[in-house]
Amino acid sequence: MSEGGHWLTLFGRLNLRAFPFVRAWEDPTVSELIGAFAGALVVVGAFALVALLTWQRWWGRLFRDWLTSLDHKKIGIMYVVLAGVMLSRALVEAVLMRAQQSLAVDAPGIVAPEHFAQLFSTHGTIMIFFMAMPFLTGLINYVVPLQIGARDVAFPLLNSISLMLTAGGAGLVMISLAVGEFSTGGWSGYPPYTGKAFQPGVGPDYWIWAITLASLGTTMSGINIAATVYKKRCPGLHLTRMPLFCWTALCTAILMIFATPPLTLATALLALDRYLDFHVFTNDLGGNMMNYVNLFWLFGHPEVYILILPAFGVFSEVISAFSSKELYGYKSLAVATMAIGVLSFTVWLHHFFTMGQSADVNAVFGIATMTISIPTGVKIYNWIWTMFRGEVRFTAPMLFALAFIVTFVLGGLTGIMLAIPPIDYVVHNTVFLVAHFHNMLIPGLLYGMIAGYLYWFPKAFGFRLSEVWGKIAFGCWVSGFYLAFMPLYVLGLGGMARRSQALFEPDYRPWLLVAVCGAFLLLAGLVSLFVQLWVSVRDRDVNRVPVGDPWDARSLEWSVSAPPPEYNFATIPQVDRLDPFYWRKERGEAYRRPERYDDIVMPRNSWVGPLVGLTATVCAFGLVWHIGWLSILGFLGIWIPVVARSFVRDIHRTIPASEVEATDRRWLDRAHTVQPVPRERETEPANLGLARPFPPQVPV
Amino acid sequence: MPETALPYTLSVGRGSWDRSVARLASSSAVFALLPLGGCSVLDHGMLGAAGPIADQTRSLFLLVCAILVFVAAPVLLLTPIFAWHYRLSNTKSAYRPQWGFNWPLEGLIWIPPTIIVVVLAVFLWRDTHALDPYKPLASRHSPIEVQAVALDWKWLFIYPEEGVASVDELAFPAGRPVCLTLTSGTVMQSFFVPRLAGQIYAMAGMTTQLNLAADAPGRFRGENTQFNGTGFQNQKFAVLAQSDDDYASWIARARAGGRTLDPAAYAVLATRSIQAEPILFGSVAPGLFRSILGQNDPGLHAAHGHHAP
Repeated sequence: MSEGGHWLTLFGRLNLRAFPFVRAWEDPTVSELIGAFAGALVVVGAFALVALLTWQRWWGRLFRDWLTSLDHKKIGIMYVVLAGVMLSRALVEAVLMRAQQSLAVDAPGIVAPEHFAQLFSTHGTIMIFFMAMPFLTGLINYVVPLQIGARDVAFPLLNSISLMLTAGGAGLVMISLAVGEFSTGGWSGYPPYTGKAFQPGVGPDYWIWAITLASLGTTMSGINIAATVYKKRCPGLHLTRMPLFCWTALCTAILMIFATPPLTLATALLALDRYLDFHVFTNDLGGNMMNYVNLFWLFGHPEVYILILPAFGVFSEVISAFSSKELYGYKSLAVATMAIGVLSFTVWLHHFFTMGQSADVNAVFGIATMTISIPTGVKIYNWIWTMFRGEVRFTAPMLFALAFIVTFVLGGLTGIMLAIPPIDYVVHNTVFLVAHFHNMLIPGLLYGMIAGYLYWFPKAFGFRLSEVWGKIAFGCWVSGFYLAFMPLYVLGLGGMARRSQALFEPDYRPWLLVAVCGAFLLLAGLVSLFVQLWVSVRDRDVNRVPVGDPWDARSLEWSVSAPPPEYNFATIPQVDRLDPFYWRKERGEAYRRPERYDDIVMPRNSWVGPLVGLTATVCAFGLVWHIGWLSILGFLGIWIPVVARSFVRDIHRTIPASEVEATDRRWLDRAHTVQPVPRERETEPANLGLARPFPPQVPV
Repeated sequence: MPETALPYTLSVGRGSWDRSVARLASSSAVFALLPLGGCSVLDHGMLGAAGPIADQTRSLFLLVCAILVFVAAPVLLLTPIFAWHYRLSNTKSAYRPQWGFNWPLEGLIWIPPTIIVVVLAVFLWRDTHALDPYKPLASRHSPIEVQAVALDWKWLFIYPEEGVASVDELAFPAGRPVCLTLTSGTVMQSFFVPRLAGQIYAMAGMTTQLNLAADAPGRFRGENTQFNGTGFQNQKFAVLAQSDDDYASWIARARAGGRTLDPAAYAVLATRSIQAEPILFGSVAPGLFRSILGQNDPGLHAAHGHHAP
């Protein structure tokens, strides 16, 4: 069976044993059965979705209202939905891994080594590329245009293409559950282990192409977000008057533009190694795997800040809103954000202090790494001083923000330890490291995303989420985190290597048992969020906030109805200072009728995004399985809608001024008739989204 | 650790002030770790140091922990205090919605963290050099040279001076420095003996170095920490720090076994397999390590790893 021979056959490398069901039939171990069950879940899930859409006759609506939409708000929501689906899978995988380790002290456990390796690879890949990235891109997509007084992003069609490419990558990872296998090389995919000699199967190919699609989508998202922030701000909204979330979005976008290409390049070169026998990263014929490690972390470290900065933005908004107070040190927060952005490119080597560099090189990168903790620490204090002399309400998003501050600091401490090379030498590649980056990313990313979801959900859908279930979720996510990851610090100091399918040290057992309890609590946290969504949708009629300002917040997105009209603003706002909506309310100028309404031009729906996503995924699937005809067909297919689009002239539609006026008047009438609600009652049904002005300043 | 009892000293150059800070740090950090008490788990790692490198690293670790208390404490105190004191239901607390900046406060926010980072950077620079894995340990004994080869899923140790070799068993006399030269016969791996020293990667076609020693005879666990396939979790090896006599008899036992590590035997070893029991080889084909290195010569990049000592 020669390597090249596959390309010309109908199914390439695809055969019956690619299906986990067949493998489980032939070899019915627990591990294979779990694999087959997961594969079956994907297949059954897909069929159930198709059946539901057909039964409810939702196909038309799905495509018309959502998949072909270029509305930044809908694209944002679709990103978040994608993140939620992928989070569910990757969290279940995490629980499975923790369960395996707690069972596998001097015992085989339930998951075989090969399967375990796929679990940690998919867990990491999904959490970073298909949970965190879509989640933050979704929030940015939804919120930034509203905050800067724009009707849409700079490039609405590109936005749709980015989403669909990311979704295609996520789809590939899901397909790998039911067809074939996934890489065992971890989320970082170091060669030569991911090379053909050590992993001849399709696993790394799935990883490569899923990442490639996602990274292309991310680069384009970055360009789009940066262009939006630079060019689409409403009159008077100088950069220094932007809400802090926009600053973090801008910084993240810049990082996406500069940091993602090295990743695309690294995976492309790895693909050349695997497909065409290049030797870029293999030792023979002059290649060197260290090139990959450098390229990957040249992406990988800025990526950490791509992930964390938007959450910093969310916390800035949430803490300011729920303290009813101006953000402390706005300018120093913006400066700190940009400083972090620049410094993030100077530290990548700390991911491999143990690769044998000289002490000088390690020390320089170690000090650079610690330097980042200064602007980060400044941010923490800015949030703390924002609460100072405020009126703090302990709503679910605020609780997540508070838990973030406390927990993130602990992660920062272990980060400083890891930045010191001699300490890194003794905890690198152990579960201490695993605990550290989860300690950064769970509070620093996930809590932020959840807080943002809870905070902006009423804006997006017009009703508040259940506060009770929000607090239950908070309790689970926070206690679960501490139980799951504090033991890993201890185990890591005890020398436990990460990615171990089995352990041979009885002393590890009690700590692993605590950790698995924590993992189950984290899963309960996710379930609580789904229950919260269910309960809130059920009770939506009593929790509506149509006027659109349920939290007495400060930036422009709260100055429009909830949900906002397709065009966001009936008239483009004028801004004269930071926190424009707060000042409008303060001066009694909020909810005024504009003098005149104009026709509004919005982009029409387009099929280009979904078609590009679909064909790119088909192309990638063909490449994974060496199905020549399919990959060529898919590749050509990408360009057909793109070229066809360039001939389409009629890409806009006009919403007449009369319609805009009617909608706006209806909303304004509502705003003038409903009862304003005081902060004490903001989580009660009385909150219709109109805030009662806060009592005057209380003397010190 | 009875540092003075050791036959060698590390040229770290700590003053007495330094040492007392370290002692203070260690006592407070040990206190902080008390709730984890009875956790013998920590004895398996650097905190259960059994050699000078791990011991120095432990001191540094505890010192850093002590310094970091000053980083964490204000945040951990102020966050709940402010949040609670300025809660909405507390009608007695001040409310200044339009207050958002203060220069002295700004100084307080930026300057102390900067000072802490500068202090840490000084320790970082000093100890990164002092604990450089390439740096030979100062000792009145000459170091034991060992060539380590990472294989799937086992470690091969070649003793060029003695002409013997072992698989998954690294023996050396306690109190004498060991100088390891590492490479890989397969994918990248990471050599780690938690109680003795930090880790270093082993990469095919290149060499890296690691210097370590054990204070007293003992048996320690060594491992590869870089995932390298389905046998990864089993890739542990025994590290035997022995008395001089025991070491001599270990060498003698290897020789008496009569096994030869020639290219053919190496080829068998190099296949992917989990090693159930350690193997000893009484003789080693000359130049074997060099030839393993040459099999994976990355050409121009071969200079890597020769910067020190």
